[in-house]
Amino acid sequence: MSEITQKPVFSKKTGFSADLLWTMGPIILALLLTTLALVAIGADPLKAYTTLWNGAFGSPEKLGSVIDAWVPLVFCSVGLLVTFTAGLWNIGIEGQIVMGAIGAAWVARTFDLPAEILIALMFIGGALGGAAWALLAGALKVYGRVHEIFGGLGLNFVAMGVTLYLIIGPWKRAGIASTSGTEPFRPAAWLLNFPGLTVGPVEIILAIISLALIYFALRGTLWGLQLKAIGKNARSAFWLGIPTSRHMLGAFAVCGVFAGLAGAEQASGVWARLIPAISGGYGYLAILVVLLSGFRAPLVPFVAFFFAAVSKGSISLPLDLQVDSALGGVLQGVVVLLFVLSQGVRAKWTQTLSS
Amino acid sequence: MDTNFVILTFASILAESAPLVFAVIGETLGEKSGVTNLSLDGTILLSAMIGFAVAFTTNNLYLAFLAAMLVGALVASIVAFSSIVLKLDQIAVGFVLTLLCGDLSTFFGNPFVRKPGPAVPHFAIPGLAEIPVVGKIFFDQNIVVYLSVLLIFAAWWWIYKTRPGLKLQGIGERPAAAFARGVNVNAQRFIYTLIGGALVGFGGATYSLFVKLGWSYHHTYGIGWIALAIVIFGGWHPIRGALGAYIFGGLQSVSSFAQSAFTDVPTQVFQTAPFALMIIALLFVSNEALDRFFSGSPVSRKIWNSLRGTPPGALSTVFEQE
Repeated sequence: MSEITQKPVFSKKTGFSADLLWTMGPIILALLLTTLALVAIGADPLKAYTTLWNGAFGSPEKLGSVIDAWVPLVFCSVGLLVTFTAGLWNIGIEGQIVMGAIGAAWVARTFDLPAEILIALMFIGGALGGAAWALLAGALKVYGRVHEIFGGLGLNFVAMGVTLYLIIGPWKRAGIASTSGTEPFRPAAWLLNFPGLTVGPVEIILAIISLALIYFALRGTLWGLQLKAIGKNARSAFWLGIPTSRHMLGAFAVCGVFAGLAGAEQASGVWARLIPAISGGYGYLAILVVLLSGFRAPLVPFVAFFFAAVSKGSISLPLDLQVDSALGGVLQGVVVLLFVLSQGVRAKWTQTLSS
Repeated sequence: MDTNFVILTFASILAESAPLVFAVIGETLGEKSGVTNLSLDGTILLSAMIGFAVAFTTNNLYLAFLAAMLVGALVASIVAFSSIVLKLDQIAVGFVLTLLCGDLSTFFGNPFVRKPGPAVPHFAIPGLAEIPVVGKIFFDQNIVVYLSVLLIFAAWWWIYKTRPGLKLQGIGERPAAAFARGVNVNAQRFIYTLIGGALVGFGGATYSLFVKLGWSYHHTYGIGWIALAIVIFGGWHPIRGALGAYIFGGLQSVSSFAQSAFTDVPTQVFQTAPFALMIIALLFVSNEALDRFFSGSPVSRKIWNSLRGTPPGALSTVFEQE
């Protein structure tokens, strides 16, 4: 399969207004298309959008739940920035979140320690779990020549199987084996949350630090430069003496660390236990976030916030309007698809103008 | 085990692999021309949903299959347009479409969840169905299953035995050479990607109107990814690809026997087994050590290469016609 072509979204030659037009165009068109979809099923679009808005920003709790989704999205996007820079499609990120959650859950179930130490250990356990699972996908690619899309995707399903096995088997709740989740962790393993919310200061700060760290590492270090070279053309990077295999494995591991942190945060802060759908689909969603950010770290927090708001806002749709909550996913998907297509149209447009 | 049981098992493998066969052949045609349609999992979901929805509302199976094929071709046309005209990354567009089509299927499929609907009727071919063993397996099925088997050989004949098929191989292997010989590479790629997408859509409707009747959330459970992997496993060859689909179907029925033996292991765990198998299968066909091992003698190398196959030389690349 082809190398990834990463064209900068905001080219330096054109003005800010042109950039704005090429970014807003797809979003407006996407809103138009989802409106059509709503009309097609006989729903009132205005009501649907109001419900979506109120579902995301209607109350402090709702805004809290948006931040709640924003944290894992940022963690995962940070990791994906690294793999994308190296030209890798880490679709296995979902499974890496799951393995992070499993790692954290194992720590929480095994050690009886004071909260500060236990939670720190849980995050380390999560990071290691995610990194191990990512390295497996990396090894399949580097040593087994299995494309990371298939390796990663297969491992996602395997991770899902492992979680279900743990929840129904060895880690089942006393007396009842149900797929709703394990026994809640001991209180020391609960991440400190803002009152009444399922999100707290620790993970928000950690997510912001992660983003800044990777932003500077990718643009200001030799490591970042070498990853970029591999992403542009792995073969020439190899002939230039860059250890491509090692760097690819490293990129997978780093991404796995951040995905694992997202998993640990979900297990400790949001659910306080292990559940089957612990990844929340945030891994796949983060791929869309990074694509829409045009692979630019500074844009990630904003795009992630938009995605988090749409995801959480759409949960109210079936309750209030009997509209399926998948509307949120449709909106997100159409925005990203049109954005990606518009980049191609724009490139062709400027090419025509200059020739 | 009595023979009747074995015959029925083979018949059911042939029947239940039909959607996979359609999808594998469709994707093989597109990839042979040089375009990877990664959106398969989403396309199958959406076409399965539309196929069932149309059958449910109109009670007309022809319309249902037609609508599903249109959906498949439509999604494929986005892939073709973005890669051939806009020269965008096929993986990016395909992956976004996978997620988008999945969500579209959930959104529009909501009213049809768990509704009983029409199914493809059984149709034993008179005379042929009475042949012992073979008749029961091959001729006591329905039209869709017969079509799936015919399609395998039709695709093989088209690719390897006709002039247009030779051109198809050319545009996928050496587009520049094909172009120099007067083939409109990009137009041909567009057409094959669309036909491939339509076949994938037909496979989706086969799923919801025959193999797993009706519609539910994420009804086809990752089968599109399996199909993509089988195209690689089958070495971009229709007959080997179909064989891969049947082997997969066979292993699935083995696993359902295993499932009834290990009742304490939840079914959801067994559902993930195909994906572990997918990784192992891909590892096998792309393994360097096996490569070196079989390259030892000319005879073993020939056998190995015919087992494995190689991707079209220009797969997933852009061709500038000017």
